[in-house]
Amino acid sequence: MTIDTIHFTPIAALLGGLLIGAAAALFMLINGRIAGISGIIGGILRPVVGDILWRFAFVFGLILAPVLYGTFATLPETQVDSSYPLLIVAGLLVGIGTRYGGGCTSGHGICGISRLSPRSVVATLLFVSSGMATVFVLRHLLGVN
Amino acid sequence: MNIFFSLIAGLVFGLGLIISGMTNPAKVHGFLDVAGAWDPSLALVMLGGILVASIGFFFARKQSQSWLGLPLQMPSARNIDRRLVLGSLLFGIGWGLAGICPGPALVLVGSGVVKGGIFALAMLSGMVLFEVVESNRKLPVASAATTNPPAK
Repeated sequence: MTIDTIHFTPIAALLGGLLIGAAAALFMLINGRIAGISGIIGGILRPVVGDILWRFAFVFGLILAPVLYGTFATLPETQVDSSYPLLIVAGLLVGIGTRYGGGCTSGHGICGISRLSPRSVVATLLFVSSGMATVFVLRHLLGVN
Repeated sequence: MNIFFSLIAGLVFGLGLIISGMTNPAKVHGFLDVAGAWDPSLALVMLGGILVASIGFFFARKQSQSWLGLPLQMPSARNIDRRLVLGSLLFGIGWGLAGICPGPALVLVGSGVVKGGIFALAMLSGMVLFEVVESNRKLPVASAATTNPPAK
């Protein structure tokens, strides 16, 4: 294993992580809710009266973030290497998988591990492992990307 | 009031994702590609996030309700079941294919990245598909629950 020292951005990563953690912490303290993105979206698709507006507000906040960021600074470049068919398959798997598994990188990865939930620790280990395995197959065996 | 704070929380969460670099799928791929030139950034994002969030959850646990007087909805499930394992594995495959997970997908939509939008639409379709299958499954499961103890 070699560390990619050119792309490794430890300070920005930690800073961004602290902000994400602050959002998750305050969301529980103020609203009493887990800041799990897939769960928040999932609740919109399984609507319960009186439990919908805050979900839209959170989603809207996420979508608004780059707009706000972009008015004060230049948005960092994003590079999406995957082809359209691959993106569609990936999106479907992420949608089904996160709902079936009860969480994603935010709900299990950040909030769950912070709560010391054994379920979330297992889930995070599993999706990071299968993500790594997928990239290995894609890049090093099939030569995609 | 809770709607206002939801918006703020989503906003701060999104800004954190942008600053951390995690809205760039190429950077996520750099983390997941352990056999290539490995970019450990994502691990530090997780570390920073968990550090702060665990302090928040530690104090939240001592409260009987949220600062707005709302119930603290901490998940109570503890069992590691087939759904958790299979779902997480599937999610990881999708995450590895595109380098995008649900939070960054929404930020990419707001950034006007077309490929992010396509991914987000597919992700929403997947979630809708899940709801449809779940609601169809519910009927036979509900009748079985009278003879078998509930799984949860």
